[in-house]
Amino acid sequence: MARYGMAIDTRLCVGCMDCVVACKTENRVPEGFNRDWIAYETAGAFPTLHQEIRSERCNHCDNPPCVTCCPTGASHVDEFGALVQITHDECIGCKACLASCPYDARFVHPEGYADKCTFCVHRVREGLEPACVSVCPTLCFTFGDLDDPDSAISRKLASRKAHPLLPAAGTQPRILYLD
Amino acid sequence: MTPELFLTRHNHLIDPSVHVWAWQIPVYLFLGGWVAGNMLLTGYFMLGGRHTRRSPLLSALPGLSLALLSLGMLALFLDLEHKRYVWRLYTTFQWTSPMSWGSWILLLVYPVLVLTWLVRPPIVLEDLSQTVERISTVLQGRRDIVRAIGITSMVLGVALGVYTGILLSSLGARPLWNSGALGVLFLASGVSAAAAFGHLVTHSPDERALTVRIDNVVLASELGILGLFLLGLLAGSAPQVEAARLFLGGPYTAPFWVFVIGLGIVIPLIIQLLAARHWIQHTPIAPIMVMAGGLVLRWVIVSAGQFSHWAHGAMRMH
Repeated sequence: MARYGMAIDTRLCVGCMDCVVACKTENRVPEGFNRDWIAYETAGAFPTLHQEIRSERCNHCDNPPCVTCCPTGASHVDEFGALVQITHDECIGCKACLASCPYDARFVHPEGYADKCTFCVHRVREGLEPACVSVCPTLCFTFGDLDDPDSAISRKLASRKAHPLLPAAGTQPRILYLD
Repeated sequence: MTPELFLTRHNHLIDPSVHVWAWQIPVYLFLGGWVAGNMLLTGYFMLGGRHTRRSPLLSALPGLSLALLSLGMLALFLDLEHKRYVWRLYTTFQWTSPMSWGSWILLLVYPVLVLTWLVRPPIVLEDLSQTVERISTVLQGRRDIVRAIGITSMVLGVALGVYTGILLSSLGARPLWNSGALGVLFLASGVSAAAAFGHLVTHSPDERALTVRIDNVVLASELGILGLFLLGLLAGSAPQVEAARLFLGGPYTAPFWVFVIGLGIVIPLIIQLLAARHWIQHTPIAPIMVMAGGLVLRWVIVSAGQFSHWAHGAMRMH
């Protein structure tokens, strides 16, 4: 079974938001909601400042607290790609998963169920890349199977230093940001 | 320098800080805790043989608990965003989810409350139904069954009370809730609310003295648990220290210290200690303050917990 993940090159991402628009269009994300977004993090003191621009979304964690806390099993780790998915008609809208996610990656869809990034599983099943990956003009995304040592993502992660978001939260995210 | 984090996201209920749970959840947690306290009290009364004589509290608390629990579950239902799928809770058991445990515990609590009520039903109910009177007479003659019901009531009461706290503490993304002390704290607060209510309504001087004694011990324990809760956070990771600061100079300082600690625990404890020593008369003021304090405790913990987050040290803008 594949274990899909994503590597995002923070040296290439310019925060153009093409990934955000592509996601909203591809997944018909309702107005006022986002499955992915851009984070600009500035650290340091003037004039020695450092800025990292990141495209963020659900991290499809290996230790997903949203799945652990779900009372109905609607949030689950899918067999396909070990992706964290939500079965809409099993979700009661209790919002425990929203409160359990340290990345605040989930929201309540206007129809009442919890919603978030699916890694465009409908595209990946057909051998395509997620919409955000396919439109990126700077090619900052690498998507693929983390368990396959010959995949592009594994090779990239072997060649570059990378960091996940909030590693101390213990969720073991599968999105890694290349330094 | 504190890093500055700018997000292009502004999702409803999530940004600028998580606020997914409004009044319904604190009300549910308070009512659930109160029922848990009622179950512990009634179980204790039955084990102590109070069912063999007229006991206003033993007759009143189980019926009241049925109503309170139903109200609490109504509040919980109102909070759901996908209401028509609520039945999904009872088609599965997710052992890692405290909410799943809670939904099944709630289902077990109802029949136990009915059984407890039947051991010593109110006179009005006995007058209305001969069947109730007959069942009650049979139960009262079987000490072993009453004992079993009493123990079950106490065990389920502890489970229900602790669950209301664990429900929050299991959500690791909110550092303020990351403490096992919440389970014990909400259980203690529930017992305190039950004892305060007993103090408020009973006409029996014996029951009033007993409930005041119980409440005083539990209120003092609550102070200790709250102290340990804060110490635990202050000795924890950076996000937990930041979460503790919400009560130590942060935006929740006034509601926590004035309404939860001051008006909800310390002042009523002083009043009740004086009343227990017969230096002043019993009045409804102290128990009302205790019960209101219990509700505010849940509101403050639920609200402040959602405000706390892992993005430590980052100034978040949206």
